[in-house]
Amino acid sequence: MSAVSEPKPKPKVQKEAVSMPKQKPEVRKGNFNEVALGYTEEQALAEANRCLQCPKPQCVQGCPVEIDIPAFIKFIKERKFDEAIKKVKEKNSLPAICGRVCPQEDQCQKFCVIGKVGDPVSIGRLERFVADWERERGFNVSERAPSTGKKVAIIGAGPAGLTVAVDLAKFGHEVVVFEALHLPGGVLMYGIPEFRLPKSIVQAEVDYIKNFGVEIRTDFLIGRTYTIPELLKKGFDSVFIGTGAGLPRFLRVPGENLGGIYSANEFLIRVNLMKAYAFPEYDTPIRVGKKVAVIGGGNVAMDSARSALRLGAEEVCIVYRRSREEMPARLEEIENAEEEGVICKFLANPTKFIGDEKGLVKAMECICMDLGPPDKSGRRRPVPVKGSEFIMDVDTVVVAIGRTPNPIIQRTTGGLEVTGWGTIVADENGKTSIEGVYAGGDIVTGEATVISAMGAGKKAAKAIHEYLMKR
Amino acid sequence: MYKIITKMELAPKIKLIEIHAPEIAEKAQVGQFVILRVDEKGERFPLTLVDWDYQKGTITLIFLEVGVSTKKLGELESQDEILDVAGPLGNPSEIRHYGSVCVIGGGVGTASAYPIARALKEAGNKVISIIGAKSADLLILENEMGRISDELHISTDDGTKGQKGFVSDVLKLLIEKGHTFNLIYAIGPAVMMRAVAEVTRPYNIKTIVSLNSIMVDGMGMCGACRVTVGGETRFACVDGPEFDAHKVDFGELIKRQMMYLLEEKLALERWENRRRV
Repeated sequence: MSAVSEPKPKPKVQKEAVSMPKQKPEVRKGNFNEVALGYTEEQALAEANRCLQCPKPQCVQGCPVEIDIPAFIKFIKERKFDEAIKKVKEKNSLPAICGRVCPQEDQCQKFCVIGKVGDPVSIGRLERFVADWERERGFNVSERAPSTGKKVAIIGAGPAGLTVAVDLAKFGHEVVVFEALHLPGGVLMYGIPEFRLPKSIVQAEVDYIKNFGVEIRTDFLIGRTYTIPELLKKGFDSVFIGTGAGLPRFLRVPGENLGGIYSANEFLIRVNLMKAYAFPEYDTPIRVGKKVAVIGGGNVAMDSARSALRLGAEEVCIVYRRSREEMPARLEEIENAEEEGVICKFLANPTKFIGDEKGLVKAMECICMDLGPPDKSGRRRPVPVKGSEFIMDVDTVVVAIGRTPNPIIQRTTGGLEVTGWGTIVADENGKTSIEGVYAGGDIVTGEATVISAMGAGKKAAKAIHEYLMKR
Repeated sequence: MYKIITKMELAPKIKLIEIHAPEIAEKAQVGQFVILRVDEKGERFPLTLVDWDYQKGTITLIFLEVGVSTKKLGELESQDEILDVAGPLGNPSEIRHYGSVCVIGGGVGTASAYPIARALKEAGNKVISIIGAKSADLLILENEMGRISDELHISTDDGTKGQKGFVSDVLKLLIEKGHTFNLIYAIGPAVMMRAVAEVTRPYNIKTIVSLNSIMVDGMGMCGACRVTVGGETRFACVDGPEFDAHKVDFGELIKRQMMYLLEEKLALERWENRRRV
């Protein structure tokens, strides 16, 4: 009688994700260092082992740049971290950034099969782990295709532009990125705070991209220094516009121009790009009083509120016109902010600002809101409650209610089709109304995420490559 | 990096620099400005383009040393490099034939008024210029303004040169004496521009000012430079820098300019202490 092997026991799925070490709230609210500290090798292995390696993986459909997620996680399981990062970089040239700021819960992790019975696999944290692993050891730069002799201008060194740049450089095209500010990175540099995305990491990933021969020209505002028609005349075969949604939106209520009231853009540019948190070592100042109100409920509002705390505010209150359920910020960011002591005041909206004799804001009048039937966004529309006005004492206000497209390119490029909202009209491959001119990211979609801009950049790069090779 | 080709002191604390910046020189127009950042830890701040030379690939700037940033800039010598210069930014002046125009420069604002006066003269206007300063030694571009103006009037606060008083007083006298102007340009400190606006308002003379708001990016992103014009919020960097003087809320502008006085003082003291060490 031959021995019958016993059926292998079904592997038990670990329902809980390996949590990521973080700085303690009471410590981190006093510094600008990164909050989340990243997995150790052992933690990454344990988390990777939760991945079922589905034969028909669902996660990949949630990734705007289509990373082969099970494949890179499999390499982590095998401790082949160099292979893992190579796999990620086949599709994503900014993995340390995406691993930190992508809303994975709404993308890849939303589709993870284990998510139905427990926590989904922490794909973002694993991506971050392999990206950091590689960066700490020095990048491996893969080879470029032989030169095609074609030249492309990229406008804006943000997530979309950098993605297009590296993909086109790999195809063998000559790429010049024009950046208006003094540093490349776009919103990664000026918008997202150091404690969520260290600027040295942005710089390192930009340097990685430069290794492919991409030239980045800072201090160069296309539309003013040169226009798109001039770029085409000066020998560029194609142009990609990735100028983003960089203009601040204001509430348009009385007193909004008082001193001490900032757009979130100004507040964050001063803090992140200009390092006002290190004033007076750095020359750019910022005024943060004792009582700070941040208006809005998105990630930018959370970033502003948490920055204000770190700049020494005693009380930081987020004022949002809807309720917690409608907040567009990532849950993780809301929780981080609350752990640090940020207060949320829901269902309220400022109606006017009151200043002192020096023209500095000292109080804010708000009105209470009720939620009516859903609006076009599917969220319940806030309706002011008559006679419910109340006064809040504040000495700093940050208005974080969204950003609109930068209009300089649209105003200086004849024949470029633009929507009523100021976004550029482009098809799914980024093709605009002008031959050879492509666009992608927030300038096409309106304010969205880093990764969706990168997804648009990938598609545009492919389309631009095809266009160039047909010419 | 942008190399300084020449440097001159025009008056105590007022300096002129010519910088190698070929792309900006190629595109510069009257009324536009650049944003500078002197070094790695520096602020971004705007300066109006005074002159530019497409052939040489250079731009010329004039500035008064008031805070850390302008003092740092003033310390650089010929052949030194400025870390960042971006531009040309802002909307150009509307230069055409208006007839008789008066161009007024107050203090270092004369540096911004000069290219406008020059362009208006080239466009065939009769140009009456008024320049003023606290005292005679602080007057700048007197010869240059004289060369391109049909008439040049001077005022000093202390009476050490020209008429004692403000440029707005000179303008008032000219108007009262029967001078008629189709357009007035006034560039200088906000209080001076407000004074000019109040002189011309009763006569309903179109008056343009170039606003020197605090800016950070200078490209429309931050809104630090916002100002109320005709009851609406406008950005000096992308909607201006020039606006109809009669519609500008100067009170708000002045208060916004003073928002960082404390911090500026602190930074300056620190910088001066460090230099002494």
